[in-house]
Amino acid sequence: MTVHVPVNPLNLSVHRDDDVAYVAASGSWLLDNARAVEEMVESLDVGRPGKVVLDLSAVDAMDTSGAWLLHRLQAKMEFLGARVKVDNLPEDYQELVSGVETHHPPPWKPRKRRISLAWLAEVTGRQIVEIGRDAVAVTNILGTLVMVLLNVVRHPSRIRLISVAHQFDRAGIGAVPIVVLMCFLIGGIIAQQGGFYLRQFGADRYVVDLVGVLVLREIGVLLTAIMVAGRSGSAFTAELGSMKMHEEIDALHVIGMRVTEVLVLPRVIALMIALPMLTIFGNLAALVGGGLVSWMYLDIPPFSFMLFLKEALTVETLLVGLTKAPFMALIIGLVACVEGFKVRGSSESLGVHTTLSVVKSIFMVIVVDGLFAMYFAGIGV
Amino acid sequence: MQAQTISKGARFLAPSKGDIVLQARGVTVGFGDTLVLENLDLDVIAGEILGFVGASGTGKSVLMRAILGLTPMRRGTVEVFGQVLKTLSDAGRAEVERRWGVLFQQGALFSSLNVRQNIQVPMREHLKLSPRLMDELALLKIEMVGLPRDAAEKFPSELSGGMIKRASLARALALDPAIVFLDEPTSGLDPIGAAAFDELIMQLRDALGLTVYMVTHDLDSLHTTCDRIAVLGEKRVLVEGPMDTMLAFDHPWVRSYFHGTRGARRND
Repeated sequence: MTVHVPVNPLNLSVHRDDDVAYVAASGSWLLDNARAVEEMVESLDVGRPGKVVLDLSAVDAMDTSGAWLLHRLQAKMEFLGARVKVDNLPEDYQELVSGVETHHPPPWKPRKRRISLAWLAEVTGRQIVEIGRDAVAVTNILGTLVMVLLNVVRHPSRIRLISVAHQFDRAGIGAVPIVVLMCFLIGGIIAQQGGFYLRQFGADRYVVDLVGVLVLREIGVLLTAIMVAGRSGSAFTAELGSMKMHEEIDALHVIGMRVTEVLVLPRVIALMIALPMLTIFGNLAALVGGGLVSWMYLDIPPFSFMLFLKEALTVETLLVGLTKAPFMALIIGLVACVEGFKVRGSSESLGVHTTLSVVKSIFMVIVVDGLFAMYFAGIGV
Repeated sequence: MQAQTISKGARFLAPSKGDIVLQARGVTVGFGDTLVLENLDLDVIAGEILGFVGASGTGKSVLMRAILGLTPMRRGTVEVFGQVLKTLSDAGRAEVERRWGVLFQQGALFSSLNVRQNIQVPMREHLKLSPRLMDELALLKIEMVGLPRDAAEKFPSELSGGMIKRASLARALALDPAIVFLDEPTSGLDPIGAAAFDELIMQLRDALGLTVYMVTHDLDSLHTTCDRIAVLGEKRVLVEGPMDTMLAFDHPWVRSYFHGTRGARRND
């Protein structure tokens, strides 16, 4: 293997002789040195000669970047009105240089990002239009879902039970351990925090009411929905988005399968069954957690806890929480699918829409929870 | 300032014509109980275009991936530019990686970057260049591989199959490598596009002094562009040499490949 040791230092010198400028280049005009070479080319001052002779005899090596910078040097001097003559171009590089000369990229313009008030207004406007489009997309997919459901009611064999069961297994059964653990801890924490303050008024026993009502009406379903949005909503978006990226969705269309029926419906139905189920498990776990802390921290034995709980709760308390679950599931499923279908070609877009899916569905879950709170207050439950 | 800037650029990795750029000895690769390659030897000579053929599933891509260090080898050594890859330090390996370019079968362009940014990824990673020079060089490469100028700002998802191959070749050439690995560069292209791609590879070889390692199934490519052909079969290189050697070689697969109906048309 030959070892090239550069014998000539990297240099670009100019020597004026009357109207002729002799420019001598030397060194390795390679990509590694491109920055230095560019600086030399840019800072070279030849004055205003009528003719320039470029001597390349001392150039040891050259690659595309060197050839391009040579081309730029030539163009710069021609721009000054000089005739340029290239001397002693090493034979090995003639083809490269002539190849580069046939390409003329347009004059370089630096890219700048505009930051102005107009830009701010533009971005805000775009966002609002985007929100409008989202609403249309969600209602569109909801409408399609209803149509598909009606179709399924007329032809019950069209429902994809296996697919529903598979999605239920992943989104529902798979989430049980984490939901139970989370709710158990939250129930315990509520009991401890509530007890800490209520004890000062000697109202220890109302911790049971606090835990029972809070968990069954609000916390149980809300926390479970948030966990499901983060766990299954993101998975739905990523799956559908990846299918969209690889034209699998288009393939389904072409085969004549209805995407809403095949992909969206099983997921949404599975989620609408799974979320109430998870909520029940979550509620139970939170009550157990609360009872355990009440026993250890507030000395309320389990039997008394059960008695107080029975006094504090009615069937309505439980139903207030559970009623919300299918609606939240519907929203999580719809948002996840809409975001999934919005994914475009790049992996970045997949990431963006998965994030958006989780953020939007958690936000919507909380909004819906608020609406339900107003509704239940209105009807006096 | 000039003298010290060269030191790193001293191209100990610049092969001259006729040197052995890549030398594989006793390469053995297996998955689980099955060996895909066993005691495989291969030489690639500077400045040549080596075509690599073999039946589907004989491990052409596995060999390329093993050479590139993407698939671990059970035994054997690979020397690139005279450096043994296995024992090379991180810095030495980076220097070798800077001197090779790879065109993956599916292009493997970064989908969240446009073509210009894709080409600039290796430049940004390995060199400190001014934004102007990087943009100009990227455009130059885009034109050299025969893409229209407005492809620079397009994203991979907006490109056709042939354009993806060209853009990917432009990225492989971003650092003016000494050797490029092409995995089925003409598959999926129409015959005219494939012929133009072959022509392009020959032009670039002549202009940039490239060495080309090309995995291909395209008999036309083998005939028109390749200086040497290597046939992979029975877990090793069955035969290597110019086209005439292939035609004369007596092995059932090699015979049916080069003398089959598709091959016969060419040989008339």
